[in-house]
Amino acid sequence: MAVIEIDNLSKSYRVYQKREGLWASIRGLFRRQYRDVHAVRSISLRVEKGEFVAFLGPNGAGKTTTLKLLSGIIYPTGGTARVMGFVPWERKIAYRRRFALVMGQKNQLWWDLPAQESFRLHQQIYRIEPHQFQATLDELTELLDIRKLLSQPVRELSLGERMKMELTAALLHQPEVLYLDEPTIGLDVVAQHRIQQFLKHYQQERQITIMLSSHYMKDVAALCQRVVIITQGQIRYDGSLSGIIDRFSGQKLVTLTLAEEAPVDGLERFGQVIEVQLPKVKIRIDRAQVPKALAAILAQHAIEDIAVEDPPLEEVIADLFSQVQKESAVKPEPVAAE
Amino acid sequence: MYARLSTWWTILSISLQERFVYRGDFALGTLMRFLPIVTQIFLWSAVFAAVDQKRIVGYSYEDFVAYYLLTMISRAFSSMPGLASQMGNQIRSGDIKKYLTQPVDMIGFFLLGRVAHKLAYYIVAIAPFALVFFLCRQYFPGWPSPSLLTAFGVSLVLSFLLGYFLEACMGLVGFWFLEVSSLLFVYMLLSFFLSGHMFPLDMLPGWTKSWGLLPAIPVQGIVESLPFAYLAYYPPAILLGKVPSWELPYVLATQVLWVAFFVLLSRLLYLRGLRHYGGYGG
Repeated sequence: MAVIEIDNLSKSYRVYQKREGLWASIRGLFRRQYRDVHAVRSISLRVEKGEFVAFLGPNGAGKTTTLKLLSGIIYPTGGTARVMGFVPWERKIAYRRRFALVMGQKNQLWWDLPAQESFRLHQQIYRIEPHQFQATLDELTELLDIRKLLSQPVRELSLGERMKMELTAALLHQPEVLYLDEPTIGLDVVAQHRIQQFLKHYQQERQITIMLSSHYMKDVAALCQRVVIITQGQIRYDGSLSGIIDRFSGQKLVTLTLAEEAPVDGLERFGQVIEVQLPKVKIRIDRAQVPKALAAILAQHAIEDIAVEDPPLEEVIADLFSQVQKESAVKPEPVAAE
Repeated sequence: MYARLSTWWTILSISLQERFVYRGDFALGTLMRFLPIVTQIFLWSAVFAAVDQKRIVGYSYEDFVAYYLLTMISRAFSSMPGLASQMGNQIRSGDIKKYLTQPVDMIGFFLLGRVAHKLAYYIVAIAPFALVFFLCRQYFPGWPSPSLLTAFGVSLVLSFLLGYFLEACMGLVGFWFLEVSSLLFVYMLLSFFLSGHMFPLDMLPGWTKSWGLLPAIPVQGIVESLPFAYLAYYPPAILLGKVPSWELPYVLATQVLWVAFFVLLSRLLYLRGLRHYGGYGG
């Protein structure tokens, strides 16, 4: 049975549209213009136990809104969702004891006190047995290497250290479902890597279900078997990471190593020449045209070596996002006055 | 039940620890509390010197001093500095999310925080309070009876709860308005005059004179039954024997009703507010 079942889930907000300037502010006191923002539009999704799913999408795509809906912070405008049999926005205590939410930009620990005090509080509010609490805490502090920091006030920790503490606090009650909203935002490469390693290890060990939203492809590539791409509140893709390229990139990167270090004319006919560093030339060629183009090039030029690659994943996804943004710029959302 | 008590105790002890982090600010804040009363006593001594009367609307100079000293205690229970704006800010910044995802209740959690706030304050303030009362002992009519002391204690606890839930309601309005400071300003102003903080409420005229088409209004009756009166006026009035013994149960029962009203109102605002909530801030 699926742990997370989402059917036609939607969420729209009404956002006040203020025009520029003082006069508009005064007019806004009497008559306001609102715009409906459809943050999530009728998405459906099934997630099985033990899956590690990544939500990918540009800013404002609806990733965080979906996580907020699933953790019961906000009510949907339409549709249904069940997580471990619970309707999230009913916010049953029994549900709250079985999941955790970690937001990279929000601090849930007591700012002025050492993290261990927050952990002690979590022990109480989640009713964790003392021996289990100690064992879990020991394991987590070991894995994240934070033992020395436990008695230091949270405000004096670095961003990376704080995120480790946030994760520890979130995992103390051994949640079965974990929502991570951009957990590595703002962290340096080393700290990002540590957190990724930890999450990977922990998830494999415990087989918990994790939904992660992130901008960082590295997070996703390191962690998730399954990727869900959301743009403008709709699911555009649901599948493996490598499948994204097959689906969205119609092109291949072809690198030719010429036999002589002399400029070659006429390569533009086959595709877009992106880079010329003699004797190497990089061309982007439509996938369907690759065999024909290669045959022609080989027939006309002296070539020492050929490499055919997929374009980098990040590029494919960035292209996809910007394409969607261009489409939305053409048809703006309706403005309603009140 | 035991688990729940133990949770409460942990929240309380952590809130206490947090209060003691900023020692300087805390000590200064505690001592500054004594300043307003000094100015009020000076004010009334000037008034008495000017009018050259032994009593003003039934109050002697000693009565005033005793009343103000006692309102200092009732306000030490009922005032909730920063509570509403704290709640409003948490709603606006999105920090409220942790109360929605973790198995704790926001209103209860804040209540325990305030209990800790108050406890920390009393621990530090009890010595200066005792000193001031000792020095001013001649202004009091003598030791009140144990039953009056008990009623005073009950009324103080109720005024704490009333102050908390009333101000929590203001803070929860933040779900709709996002900025509650002007609302708070109005509340503070009303509370200043109508709670008995500024002057004893029994100084008010019983009825206004009818004026043109306007009928006479029972000012004192109205003001004394508003919730504000239970924040500062009633506990001292009870201890000083201004509330007749037959009226005492009625006064305490009204206070309980007001507390119950604001408990329910805050719960309603919370539940309705969450429906309205957009989960702002990341």
